Amino acid sequence: MPHLDITIIWALIIAFAVFAYVVMDGFDLGIGLLFPSLAVGESRDQAMNSIAPVWDGNETWLVMGGGGLFAAFPLAYAIILPATYPLMIAMLLGLVFRGVAFEFRWRDPDHRPLWDAAFTLGSLTAALAQGITLGALLQGVKVADDAYAGGWLDWLSPFSLLTGVALTIGYGLLGATWLIWKTEGETQARARRLALWLGGATLLALAAVSAATPLLHYDYWRRWFTPPSVFLTAQVPLLVLICGGVFFWSLRRGAERLPFLMTLALFALGFVGLGISIFPYVVPRSVTIWEAASPPSSQMFMLAGAVVIIPLILAYTGWAYWVFRGKVALDHPHE
Amino acid sequence: MDTVILARAQFAFTVSFHFIFPSFSIGLASYLFVLEALWLKTGRGVYANLYRYWLKIFAVVFGMGVVSGLVMSYEFGTNWSVFSAKAGPVVGPLMAYEVLTAFFLEAGFLGVMLFGIRKVGRELHFLATAMVALGTLISATWILSVNSWMQTPAGFAINARGQFVPAGSWLPIIFNPSFPFRLVHTVIASYLTTSLAVGGVAAFHLLRDRTNLGARTMFSMAMWMAALVAPLQILAGDAHGLNTLEHQPAKVLAMEGDFEPSPRGAPLILFGLPDDAAARVRYAVEIPHAGSLILKHDPNAPLPGLKAFAKDRRPPVAIVFWSFRIMVGLGAAMLGLGVFSLVARARGRLHEWPWLHRAAVAMGPAGFVAVIAGWVTTEVGRQPYTVYGQLLTAQSHSPLAAPALAASLLAFVVVYFVVFGAGVLYLLRLMSRPPAPHEAEPPHVPDRAAGITPAPGVDPPLPSPVA
Repeated sequence: MPHLDITIIWALIIAFAVFAYVVMDGFDLGIGLLFPSLAVGESRDQAMNSIAPVWDGNETWLVMGGGGLFAAFPLAYAIILPATYPLMIAMLLGLVFRGVAFEFRWRDPDHRPLWDAAFTLGSLTAALAQGITLGALLQGVKVADDAYAGGWLDWLSPFSLLTGVALTIGYGLLGATWLIWKTEGETQARARRLALWLGGATLLALAAVSAATPLLHYDYWRRWFTPPSVFLTAQVPLLVLICGGVFFWSLRRGAERLPFLMTLALFALGFVGLGISIFPYVVPRSVTIWEAASPPSSQMFMLAGAVVIIPLILAYTGWAYWVFRGKVALDHPHE
Repeated sequence: MDTVILARAQFAFTVSFHFIFPSFSIGLASYLFVLEALWLKTGRGVYANLYRYWLKIFAVVFGMGVVSGLVMSYEFGTNWSVFSAKAGPVVGPLMAYEVLTAFFLEAGFLGVMLFGIRKVGRELHFLATAMVALGTLISATWILSVNSWMQTPAGFAINARGQFVPAGSWLPIIFNPSFPFRLVHTVIASYLTTSLAVGGVAAFHLLRDRTNLGARTMFSMAMWMAALVAPLQILAGDAHGLNTLEHQPAKVLAMEGDFEPSPRGAPLILFGLPDDAAARVRYAVEIPHAGSLILKHDPNAPLPGLKAFAKDRRPPVAIVFWSFRIMVGLGAAMLGLGVFSLVARARGRLHEWPWLHRAAVAMGPAGFVAVIAGWVTTEVGRQPYTVYGQLLTAQSHSPLAAPALAASLLAFVVVYFVVFGAGVLYLLRLMSRPPAPHEAEPPHVPDRAAGITPAPGVDPPLPSPVA
């Protein structure tokens, strides 16, 4: 067993950044996905305003994940990005449309439907691209001489498409439950109905990905199903079932916060499951975190700052969320 | 087509588009900080109004900077994976520090800055503005350290895998030889660009209505800034040039068009047509000895020529030669505008001289052009290397198929022109509206912004109606 060294600490920090990105920008992207199902006018404005003050901070975790990988595991960064090239470009362009829509829809009421469509299509593209990337990594990429050695469409497979759809559904659920928390009235009722369907779909998608992953490679199968580790790994699906149960119960009881928190828990469990499948690889079954790591002097230099700065970031990010706590109110400064 | 050329074209296109926005938002964030500070100190409504006016513009500019910047943070890997794998241990941590100390700071406080004034009170809101402004400057510091290291690499060793790794202390890496010069030159460029843009907008409104208090105030502030900063920038640029001559002589010789060595002092080639193949400048208009006077501060100092460098180790001269002249020419025009404004101010005609206002409108976009021309000069001048003298561009790119690169380049071009074209249109629309007057500051003219109810300290609606 590897001991807790600085490379593992950096793997954990980057995993944390990726998880923070997935759940925080996940509800932003989810709201983008659900936008067409919200009534034009008050409902859409409310949904947009519930994330307008925080989306930029949420997206920054994606820069942290990518930048952190570049710095702490340059070899992994240099293999994964060419391997998923069209997906990365699609994601970035999707995020361009999504990001500018926040400002542009207010600046140009005549073309608001157009920017609303850009918001949804941008969010959908980014969500699908991220999910397909996950599948592409799990199924493995061709590596030779410390570089990507495959073609530019190797990532495309039924499995990667499945993970793409699964993550997109999950983002939809995050968006719907966030709206239950942050809105009221007609918008909230609408979000509640959506969350019911998306909750079921998310659990199905999670089950499908979980069932398909061990079939990809014996290594995944071994990690999950051979004793004694099966007694530990079996806790993950068990907890998923419990969280799923609490989710539906809380939705029926009309709870406002619990559905979102349970969705976060489901994402966390999915993330733990990925960790069980992948660790200690950073490019699954090709490159381990130690093989991809930058020298200790680079990792140590960053860690010295990170241990002070990351808690500070969490503190002021928490403050910003606190400032905009409670339901999104709609006032009408134009009238 | 060659994958290296395609990878370079795509990177150059996306990074040029990107840098237009931060070169404005760095300056604008500091301007907003000054406006809010003046408002808190004096209580004069005109500052609050100008803050509101530029905040709406800032929100659009910053948003475009964020989304185009995100692209950059991934393009290092998508387009330049070999560079990333090799230089990651050195430049990666600097960029990670940029994310940790700058991006989160900007993003975390931006929401409060844009939407939070009625939620947190004046002091905390001012803190948010200050943190966003500070974030833009910290960001510039780290990314320019990275860029400068690629220009003048220092403090590194090469390990067994062929990677650049820190040789010992990080200080020589961060404070590499060209970093202080590039940082000063770039930050001043942002301030100058912003002052010209603000001055251009103000002058546009003064030409229509010279009694508009907001336009008068910001015109005066912008012209002070331009008059003070333009000469400083010329001094900073001169110092940067000397530094470049010391560490990247081929770049400076390309800027000057000096193919032949000049043992008894180099002339200054004002204009001409550089010809790389023939290694000479055709139809050159020269001032004898002026080149050495500028570069060595001695008219008779000898200078080498580009011919001292192997043909495949010279940057493409024509691009560098012309982009440098565009930058310097615009810099001279900026100095001229600054002097013009001082003369007008001395005669008490700052707000009454239409020719000054026309000149300021014409110079409004000059900063952006100069900034891009400057970057083209320094980046093309670094060729044929990504890490100067160490790693060739032709050995830095990703193992990608040309169709993938060509398709994505096309997608970037189409999307950027559509999205940022619309964004620039919205900016111009915001700028074409005069700053609206404030209740406490009696308007000189009837309120034109009909339909908007001025709230205390806040006149036009915020970008998004969050209570």
